[in-house]
Amino acid sequence: MHLDSEEEGILNGREGAAAKKAMELLVAIGEVMGAERMVRVTSSQVSGVSYGNIGDAGLQLLEDWAENGARVRVPTTLNPCGMDLERWKEMGVDGSYRAKQLRIIEAFRRMGVSTTCTCTPYLVGNLPKEGDHIAWSESSAVCYANSVIGARTNREGGPSALAAAIVGRTPMYGLHLEENRAPTVIIDVQAELRTRHDFSLLGYAVGRRVGSGVPLFEGIRRADRDDLKIMSAALAASGGIAMFHIPGVTPEAGRWQCRGLERVAVGARDLEDCREALTCDGEPDLCCIGCPHCSLEELEEVARLVKGRRVAHGKALWVWTSKKVREEGERTGHVRTIEEAGGMVFTDTCMVVCPLERAGFRHMVTDSCKAAHYVPSTAGMKTTVAELREAVSRVMENGR
Amino acid sequence: MADEAVFRGRGVAKFRGEGEALVTRQGISFFGGVDPDTGKIMERGHELLGKDVTDKVLVFPKGKGSTVGSYVIYQLRKNGHAPAAIINLETEAIIAVGCILAEIPLVDRLDADPISEIRSGDWVEVDGATGFVMVKRRVPRH
Repeated sequence: MHLDSEEEGILNGREGAAAKKAMELLVAIGEVMGAERMVRVTSSQVSGVSYGNIGDAGLQLLEDWAENGARVRVPTTLNPCGMDLERWKEMGVDGSYRAKQLRIIEAFRRMGVSTTCTCTPYLVGNLPKEGDHIAWSESSAVCYANSVIGARTNREGGPSALAAAIVGRTPMYGLHLEENRAPTVIIDVQAELRTRHDFSLLGYAVGRRVGSGVPLFEGIRRADRDDLKIMSAALAASGGIAMFHIPGVTPEAGRWQCRGLERVAVGARDLEDCREALTCDGEPDLCCIGCPHCSLEELEEVARLVKGRRVAHGKALWVWTSKKVREEGERTGHVRTIEEAGGMVFTDTCMVVCPLERAGFRHMVTDSCKAAHYVPSTAGMKTTVAELREAVSRVMENGR
Repeated sequence: MADEAVFRGRGVAKFRGEGEALVTRQGISFFGGVDPDTGKIMERGHELLGKDVTDKVLVFPKGKGSTVGSYVIYQLRKNGHAPAAIINLETEAIIAVGCILAEIPLVDRLDADPISEIRSGDWVEVDGATGFVMVKRRVPRH
């Protein structure tokens, strides 16, 4: 791998032991992946923040790095951690879990990382420009950034994203290279996409069907930001998809000739199969909305649905978002509307990375296929998927 | 007198180490698959279940599972249970990152199949800087 003189200097320890270790790590990944050189990144987004996920092993490494003087040199934000940093008691989190989670956040803070914990960094100020090279690790944000923003990132692991933030570079391979961003398969969408949940089902169906590569969707006439956000999450959960194109919607779709590519038809039956696969028998006792984290508009939709209603006895409505969006929702009154109905609006964490099972729920209903994909294994819970209005109604008084 | 063989591969984590080989045809997930407090393999159904990776030259095809595995490799080092070296057929990012963090030599793409050429119990020296692997055969071949 070719390194410039500054990169060689970092590798030789000129900028300290922590930067040297970070560069060693990136060079090793670059060599394994066949990169010819490094590329400068403009931002980083680091996963592996929840104590429940990285455990004592991750905590130890992060504290060691902070102690050894590791400091990030590009704007860097965090993935959701394992609890709401203020409302942790309401989630059933205990004191020892909380103490270790706070040590993880503190280690990141010492390294200069913004301790905003969200899977939607692009909604809270970590918004790259088209063509920017970045090192992000949250799989839904990676898929969104490549596809919708036109920024360039591979699916980083937590340590490699942190290392990239520390040296301001990442090995140039995969989706950093123009040729790897070309469509590899055409998805002929024959289902009508009526709700945001339909976009989630479509993403889930395509991830399951094609697994990897860069799908180009035909037959989608319009999609808003939040449709693309929830579809990105589903594509990356059921498959390893990190980029897609939609002609007329995403910025790079028009660059490519698609003649000769394999075509895969996806219809209403395929979406229904996914809905069935993610839906169990029985009555949900917890509705979770916000995977990925809610935008202000989604918070408003939930508020409109619950205004003047009450969450049923023994059930709960938990909405997940970033601190910044919650603050905006407090100003607009939507948070209060949800809370007055008996719902909660949690920040910094989500249903997939917090210890949801400790709160004593058994069956989650959600509009997000990604959440329903992971929660059975992360929290041992049953799941149901439904479009937003129905999902919320399942836990309200006089619901279904 | 031990029979010796030398192989050459690609050095990924450029450290040196030696130890007794522990060889498997199955992939290894360090997250959930290896106990960071003891170094014992704990993945159900794995052919090395219950074996200890501490100070061993671990030979396996490639890593699998969660990227948190990199952190577990680091924790094995901190707890005194790191392998002496790792040899993969074709490595991937979880193992590569873990070995860099934990300063464990890592070599892959050997010029012969290490899983059939090296037996558990052989003594193996690994030079991650040059990619050279020297095997002192202690276990009889058929």
